[in-house]
Amino acid sequence: MSADRLSLDIALARETFGLKVREDLALEGVTAVFGPSGSGKTTLLRAIAGLETASEGRISFGETVWQDRAAGVYVAAHRRAVAYVFQDARLFSHLDVQGNLDFAAKRARKAGRSPDVDAAIAAFGIDGLLERRAVSLSGGESRRVALARAVLSCPDLMLLDEPLTGLDRAARRDILPFLKSLPEHSGCPVLYVSHDLEEVAALASAIVVMEAGRVLANGPVGEIGRSLDLGPLSEGAGPASLIEATVTRIDTDSGLMALEAGGETLLLPTAPGAREAEKLRLFIDARDVAIAVERPGPMSIRNVLPARVGRIVSSDAAADALVDLTIGSELIRAQITRHALSELKLETGQQVFALMKSVRLAGDFR
Amino acid sequence: MPDLGPVLLSLHLAAVTTGILLVIGVPLAYWLATTQARLKPVVEAVTALPLVLPPTVIGFYLLILMNPSAPLGAAWVSLTGGTLSFSFSGLVFASAIYSLPFMVQPLQSAFEAVGRGPMEAAATLRASRLDAVWNVLLPQSARGILTACVLTFAHTIGEFGVVLMVGGNIPERTRVISIAIYEHVESVEYAEAHILSAGLLVFSFVTLVGVYALNRSYRLRVS
Repeated sequence: MSADRLSLDIALARETFGLKVREDLALEGVTAVFGPSGSGKTTLLRAIAGLETASEGRISFGETVWQDRAAGVYVAAHRRAVAYVFQDARLFSHLDVQGNLDFAAKRARKAGRSPDVDAAIAAFGIDGLLERRAVSLSGGESRRVALARAVLSCPDLMLLDEPLTGLDRAARRDILPFLKSLPEHSGCPVLYVSHDLEEVAALASAIVVMEAGRVLANGPVGEIGRSLDLGPLSEGAGPASLIEATVTRIDTDSGLMALEAGGETLLLPTAPGAREAEKLRLFIDARDVAIAVERPGPMSIRNVLPARVGRIVSSDAAADALVDLTIGSELIRAQITRHALSELKLETGQQVFALMKSVRLAGDFR
Repeated sequence: MPDLGPVLLSLHLAAVTTGILLVIGVPLAYWLATTQARLKPVVEAVTALPLVLPPTVIGFYLLILMNPSAPLGAAWVSLTGGTLSFSFSGLVFASAIYSLPFMVQPLQSAFEAVGRGPMEAAATLRASRLDAVWNVLLPQSARGILTACVLTFAHTIGEFGVVLMVGGNIPERTRVISIAIYEHVESVEYAEAHILSAGLLVFSFVTLVGVYALNRSYRLRVS
């Protein structure tokens, strides 16, 4: 799959903020649009889809120009070959599930594409729902139908607006694999809006970080995660770290697997289906990381790694301080009380030990 | 037994008026439900005028408008050879004006209740505007459309003042049920007046019960 280039140079005035984006995105697989709510993620996605008719500037995708106000070009939403999965699924309430799927497939065929309804039904596990009315579906079911419907539209670009919002953790865990396989089933790149760092970590290969209507950064997730503290931008969750690790050994006796991250070894419960040499993304809540100035004695915590203190963020306004810890080439954040910070006399550059009480796979939602 | 001609004429008039208003009302109500034009309140007010004006006022102006010496009346004469006033066509024209809010307002409410969401979803699934209106908006507004048609039909049957002014009282042409009742009462034929009046009362009541049972959410806003 070659990368499709999405060129954006758009501006859109809103009551609460102005969207101003000038980026060239090479889209491949899942690209996350990440930022706090009100940062313009959804507006950006809607502008790309052609749903924000007041947007100014230029949008092109691959060779196709979708919008060029200077040249008087504005391609209507239904001619852009994008599929959009809305936060609230937006299934057609007057049709059953089959009717919803056929709606998309019929119009895709008219546009000269070849949607495979049976394949989509199988891929999203909805064969038991076909005769159900859209309104009778659970949150998770309706998202799956919405995804299948979007795939059957045979788009060139798939736009997803927080498709996991409003679902409980179990439902989110169920849907995640479907989202992961979306580029494969749709055969096109996916732009995925989310304010949840963990979702991003679990799904996306690249990330576009937004704040206040502007793009702060864009690039591979691992790179951006190291250079930019995404924690404060993540809603609901406190500060956290995201690191990439490679499975080095799977021990069936203990049920643990060893992972290598930044030159150090971590032990985690074996993930179902994990293979040796596989790359996994790990999510570490900053509150689950403790700091010791000397190597602690025998203890229950498995992951104790030598680390070097980096930046320390502490203010009189909060009881807690944030401490960046460098472990090999990776960066992990620890949230400790200011009281502990002053008692341990932590300073930038100091050698310490990071005690990680809990490390989990991104997207595990446990 | 009274002459059933006026009853049939009323039903005919109501059916034709409802059909015409449905064709006019859907695009007008869609425009009202979706536009952000500054003109919107003006158009809404014009649409709602028949609800507040006395039928005599509407009837008076329509009469002037349909007069063969007025542009509209003259155009009609040159087009069809007959006059618009005191004809069935004139009644249809007048009914379409005074029943307009009964079609447009429930439709507008229904379209607004469906909202932008499903239309946007349709657009992102390659459906053109017309396609989306036809295959998403209208099916999802089905109950509102039915309500609008029933109310328009019933209101057209019940109108008296405008009909009397622009149509007069010509048997088989403009003598609708309400006029016939008036005529019977004037002539002290109370038995005939009773039969027609009670029939209209029962018809209206059953219709309204049907409408309200069908849906509580598409009521008229002004009346």
